[in-house]
Amino acid sequence: MSLLRQHLLTRHSVLPGFGLALGYTLLYLGLIVLIPLSATFFRTATMGWPAFWDAVTTPRVLASLRLTFGASLIAASINAVFGLLVAWVLVRYSFIGKRLVDAFVDLPFALPTAVAGIALTALYAGNGFIGSRLEPYGIKVAFTPLGITVALTFIGLPFVVRTVQPVLEDLEVELEEAAACLGANRLQTFQRVILPAIAPALLTGFTLALARAIGEYGSVVFIAGNMPMISEIAPLLIITKLEQYDYAGATAIAVVMLVISFALLLAINILQWWSSRRTRKAV
Amino acid sequence: MTAAVALHIASPTRSASTDEPVVVRWLLIALALSFLTLFLFVPLATVFYEALRKGVGVYFNALQEEDALSAIRLTLIAAAISVPANLVFGVAAAWAIAKFEFRGKSLLITLIDLPFAVSPVISGLIYVLLFGAQGWFGPWLQAHDIRIIFAVPGIVLATTFVTFPFVARELIPLMQAQGSDDEEAAVILGASGWQTLWRVTLPNVKWGLLYGVILCNARAMGEFGAVSVVSGHIRGMTNTMPLHVEILYNEYNFAAAFAVASVLALLALVTLAAKTFVEWHFGHENRTNIQEQET
Amino acid sequence: MSPKTLHHLLVVAFVAALAPTQASADTTLLNVSYDVTREFYKDYNAAFINHWRDKTGETLTINQSHGGSSKQARAVADGLEADVITMNQANDIDMLAERGKLIPADWAKRLPNNSAPYTSTTVFLVRKGNPKGIKDWDDLVKPGVSVVIPNPKTSGNGRYSYLAAWGYVIKKGGTEQKAREFVSKLFASVPVFDGGGRAATTTFVQRNIGDVLLTFENEVQLIQKEFTESQVEVVYPSVSILAEAPVTIIDKVVDKKGSRKQAQAYLDYLYSEEGQVIAAKHHYRPRSEKVMKRYATSFRQLTLFTVDEVFGGWTRAQKVHFDDGGIFDQILLKK
Repeated sequence: MSLLRQHLLTRHSVLPGFGLALGYTLLYLGLIVLIPLSATFFRTATMGWPAFWDAVTTPRVLASLRLTFGASLIAASINAVFGLLVAWVLVRYSFIGKRLVDAFVDLPFALPTAVAGIALTALYAGNGFIGSRLEPYGIKVAFTPLGITVALTFIGLPFVVRTVQPVLEDLEVELEEAAACLGANRLQTFQRVILPAIAPALLTGFTLALARAIGEYGSVVFIAGNMPMISEIAPLLIITKLEQYDYAGATAIAVVMLVISFALLLAINILQWWSSRRTRKAV
Repeated sequence: MTAAVALHIASPTRSASTDEPVVVRWLLIALALSFLTLFLFVPLATVFYEALRKGVGVYFNALQEEDALSAIRLTLIAAAISVPANLVFGVAAAWAIAKFEFRGKSLLITLIDLPFAVSPVISGLIYVLLFGAQGWFGPWLQAHDIRIIFAVPGIVLATTFVTFPFVARELIPLMQAQGSDDEEAAVILGASGWQTLWRVTLPNVKWGLLYGVILCNARAMGEFGAVSVVSGHIRGMTNTMPLHVEILYNEYNFAAAFAVASVLALLALVTLAAKTFVEWHFGHENRTNIQEQET
Repeated sequence: MSPKTLHHLLVVAFVAALAPTQASADTTLLNVSYDVTREFYKDYNAAFINHWRDKTGETLTINQSHGGSSKQARAVADGLEADVITMNQANDIDMLAERGKLIPADWAKRLPNNSAPYTSTTVFLVRKGNPKGIKDWDDLVKPGVSVVIPNPKTSGNGRYSYLAAWGYVIKKGGTEQKAREFVSKLFASVPVFDGGGRAATTTFVQRNIGDVLLTFENEVQLIQKEFTESQVEVVYPSVSILAEAPVTIIDKVVDKKGSRKQAQAYLDYLYSEEGQVIAAKHHYRPRSEKVMKRYATSFRQLTLFTVDEVFGGWTRAQKVHFDDGGIFDQILLKK
């Protein structure tokens, strides 16, 4: 344990428990996540490089990956903006029914994804409550990529709200008062004082919403229409491969998705680490 | 409900210098609420509307059915194991990541995030690849008559995998934002590591921790895709609530399907009501303490 | 919560979790089936339990597992301990012989009629009054007609619909090329590819999408019963496919559990008059001519061809048409 401390720590700390905490973290991570996930890589390895390359570079797979990552990015961005707004409103203002609103934010987690998909399809289909109001303007949501984005926004909604909320609650009002005393207006205070403080949490929320959206299957398959090249998501192709008992092909697409997600998440996390270091230095 | 909620919209604890103009406030509230209405309330209202459309009698009959009850039981068991496991992990990981600077930290955080990005189908499949009859440990398990997949342990494992990052990811930014001054002070004053954790850190992050647990719990109970792969779908034995919803839906039994779904929604609401109560209770206590100290 | 209480909680939860896996004293059978046989096996299991008790005095417990057909077969191959498997496509069972060596390769010869005790066929469902005037396969490819078919890549129901359309052209004396053109045209009008047959039904009936739904005959009856408020009616084409639903015991499991006798009797009983009557009541076409005669009014006479006859068996059909890069993928991507 002290070995971990010696070799990994880049800055001395008086706090104990680094070895134990990190050791346990790595052990649990390894058992629950890394060893099982490695199974996908080993299964993919059985198919050989050329077969793997062929399996994942067909236009259909590429189109589905583009769709999956594109729609997920859009949905996570929507959630970042509106999630921050919702968190702000819930922490800073009081209004009738606030508690109720607060409670409902988590429901996309509790609802089985299939139920969410069915409910959203019912609403946004051409004869649905919302869909029928959009149809006259030529906007079709259900069974189009737009519908996929709607479903992904729904399932990722709680992430930004719930990561930003506690940080916003802990934010000391003195800082804002100081900024106001120094002559900053509200917008400046928000940009210069509040936003930097909640930026790590906001980025975390965005990352989680994005990650969650990329893998989502249950809710999307109902609303997507599943047309090849247009509204077919990558997880559906994985299922399709499994229907043919093609485990290696299924895990091949999974591996590609994993690697892309991993790179994306790593980039965001490094960005966050870098920006937090910069602000710390500035302070 | 409305009695407990303040009717005015000015925040009593804030001075004018840190508050927005009333118009801006109203505008932000309206914007946030319309977003939530479009993406959250209307879909949820649909669930309850469908659940109750055939009448209250049908609603309650659907929930008293034996298969529904066993599905509820199994869902609660899976959550009761996976949530505490991920809670312990979350505290350990957040302690290591937020309180120390070390090499490979971003990599570690990314690995913790990873289960979110894994398609639920793959999350289930990995356990099949490990423990299935054709998998790495499959033959050994079969020889010893130990069942993991298509039985409760597999469902628990898949649930744990899917909800893996929740508590950790809730705590990490919060503990980073708080810094480690309090803990350092405690240690310098002679507190042991465990004492610091119990008396200083955990009280500081209790709301974040609770949020994490609630999210983790909600997701654990609602998970469908991953569990579906490892469940085996044996009626009354290995069906969780989300799987039972699918079965009912596929039987064209829409009212019953949405009834069970609404129970999942209600379970999440109950945990949140509990949270609100605890929050209010503790907040009240703290405030009186502070007042006593001041006088 | 102290670490100790947490520990206790974990232990209690773990013990509770393991408890339900203990089997009871009497024999328990597990029938792993596909999605839409729930109602049928609910009735059939009750009848068989009575029959078996009268005959031997033993009280059986029969558990059911339902889901997408390939997914269910995969679960059995991966270790789900099914005593019997009841599917709607032979290649899902062939896979158990190939991959898992759970059953002998000639499993289909062990019971009469290719081990398929009941059958169904693909028919059309149209809106009330048949506004588009759909009478036969050719009407489906007329301009302005849109057809809802579940995704053949993920649904057995969709695969049978595809093969039925293909076989119609062949049976009419058309070439493979003509069949391909016909099927291409048909699938070009599909507005939504749902994952399974039941989801496609919802799209057609509740979302009001499409003019025609292709689905199994046994499903049509259920749809008309469940969606009384919806206005749909059935149209029988002149020719369609015989959807054989094969069943078999899983040798490796029954030998391990010692339940071969019961499992065998369970499947044999499907061929008995009682079993055939229950199947007919649930709108599956019985194999017994006697029972078929009795329910003649429920089953319209039409020319039916088998997968073996037109496509040379399921394994070949799957490979040529539905596997990645197969004909179905080709016509879909060309669209």
